Amino acid sequence: MRNFSYPPFYRYIFRYRNYPARVTIYPESGTLTVQMTAELFSQYLFAGITYGIIYAIVAIGFNIIYNTTGIINFAQGEFVMLGGMFAITLNNFMPLVPAIALAVVITMIIGALIEMIFIRWLDSPSILRMIIITIGLSILIREVALHFWGEGVRSLPYFNGNEISSIKIFSAQISPQVLWVIGVCLIIVTLLSLFFRFTSLGLEMRACSANRLAATLCGINAKNMVTFSFMLSAGIGALAGCVMSPITYTQYDCGTGLAIKGFTVAVLGGLGNSMAAVAAGLLLGIIEAFSIGIVPLAFQDAISITILLIILFVRPHGLFGSSEAAGLTEF
Amino acid sequence: MRNLISITTLIGSIVAVQLLTSFTGTGYYLTQLTMTAYYSLIIIGLCLVMGYAGQISLGHAGFFAIGGYTSAALTTYNLTSMLENGNSLIKFISGRGLLIAAQDLYGDPVLYVNPWIAALLAIFLTVIIAFLIGIPVLKLKGHYLAMATLGFGIIIFRIVLATEIFGEADGLSEVPGFTLLPGVIVNGDFNNRIFNYYIACGFVVVGVIILLNLINSRVGRALRAIHGAEDAANAMGINTSRYKLYTFVISAVFAAIAGIFLTHYNGGIGPSEAGIMKSIRYVAIVAIGGMANLWGALTMGVLLNFMSLRGMFGSYDDAVFGAILIIIMLFAPDGLLHLSIWRKLRKKIL
Repeated sequence: MRNFSYPPFYRYIFRYRNYPARVTIYPESGTLTVQMTAELFSQYLFAGITYGIIYAIVAIGFNIIYNTTGIINFAQGEFVMLGGMFAITLNNFMPLVPAIALAVVITMIIGALIEMIFIRWLDSPSILRMIIITIGLSILIREVALHFWGEGVRSLPYFNGNEISSIKIFSAQISPQVLWVIGVCLIIVTLLSLFFRFTSLGLEMRACSANRLAATLCGINAKNMVTFSFMLSAGIGALAGCVMSPITYTQYDCGTGLAIKGFTVAVLGGLGNSMAAVAAGLLLGIIEAFSIGIVPLAFQDAISITILLIILFVRPHGLFGSSEAAGLTEF
Repeated sequence: MRNLISITTLIGSIVAVQLLTSFTGTGYYLTQLTMTAYYSLIIIGLCLVMGYAGQISLGHAGFFAIGGYTSAALTTYNLTSMLENGNSLIKFISGRGLLIAAQDLYGDPVLYVNPWIAALLAIFLTVIIAFLIGIPVLKLKGHYLAMATLGFGIIIFRIVLATEIFGEADGLSEVPGFTLLPGVIVNGDFNNRIFNYYIACGFVVVGVIILLNLINSRVGRALRAIHGAEDAANAMGINTSRYKLYTFVISAVFAAIAGIFLTHYNGGIGPSEAGIMKSIRYVAIVAIGGMANLWGALTMGVLLNFMSLRGMFGSYDDAVFGAILIIIMLFAPDGLLHLSIWRKLRKKIL
């Protein structure tokens, strides 16, 4: 019986020295048995929840822009990366909280600038054109980040405690940062739903997504609403990038993977539906976490993308979308 | 007739470039030109899908990798020990003369699959995968189609990156040459450079002829109808899903053939060939050439791939392609050659 080393990124969430040896390798038969105890189960569950929530925040960013413009911003993952990177750089000069706040503001400005320079003045561009433009933007942002910050892997310090501090919940040892991620996500979702329901700006944005022409006739400046939706989703992405940075680390190219997972989650929940995105994110995160016991770590990405493909083929309107409403839209 | 003139011009310029390099003593350019020609094969195939059928594919590097990796894995895997262990399948194949015995660097015997068989298997595999992926994927539109093809590309990338038989992160190397005809070998040998240049260009010429015939036929007209308005095309009695699927499979085969021969030419293949950036680069080049413009895509493909392979963009390689994508899509969505500036300029001059 020997100690099983856990996959690398799980180490960032859970300190493996806390683990009792649960994996037994029988040398004579060469088989590997994982005894799924209640303890291990809750560890995997929390890992899944953490990653699921991160994907959900990215998916919410997709949904906001999709709702007001009908386009998918392929550069959404880059906002997450930019948020993390700016906060890490600013944290060298100022304490954590103002650094994060400033990073979010800077990313929001970048999001607004991107919309104003590249998207605002196009009249009724085709979807193919928008896809290619946003893909080009994501490449450009990534390359600028590469030349600005280099290839190195960076991270913010833990908000509370340090790398080895842990809290015991349901017999699982988890890092306090996980609670930060979950908490921030809950706050974002609550504030967003309040914002879209009770503020006039939120109501105007919803009006634009429901019927752009009618909203314009009512005196709403639809173009400003699009700019604002880019700012909002850039800000949410940047905040997510800051909160997750201590656990997942930030690198110039970390946006692409997140964008694809985020899109998977957005489609899984039904495009445009932020509440469903949280549920779908948790589902995907948990499936991914438990898939580690079955398939090698290297194929983990392939699993979530396979889920994306299956969902696209079987239920393109998402798990929680109604098929009647889906009949009106084109996939 | 118009096609005849264009193809004669294409062949003429291929020969002219070769003569130019040999007169100016810049024969080393031929190496990159050969690679460029193989990449152009993917680009004209993708042009059929994007420009004529109007479907975006962000996973074409995946088909390139399926072709290249299948061929490379079959021709580098040493079967000697399997034959000695009495594997009946290997014995059967060996008895049909489908294996090639040779010696490696250290004089040990190597036994590998004949590249012809490997290539045929690779193409067969590509056709099957393209069919299986194409049937559900091509029902999707817009963002969903883009993401589904992107996802397919990433799955292929992950598989080649994590599978031992495909060499994981190192890729496969020491791929043997491909003997097309006795004495005509596709490999990276310096003495074979001019031969190889003509072989690669031959593939492009044949590819262009096939596509031109396809475009100017019933199929091509059907495809343009699909691009214009899919519902209208459907109502006119065009089986849109079948035409889309066929063009997708044809372009996948083009990419796989390019993958097979480029792998034999380079003597190896790495996982970066399957990466997302490669797929996006192909899309960028098709977009610059003007989506429904085979000659534009070919010209831009040769130009940009050659510049990129010569290292003219330095460490800004990906950034250049990203910037090109944005600028072209913002200011000239019909391609550089269709820019209204040219028309305005012509009007002013005349």
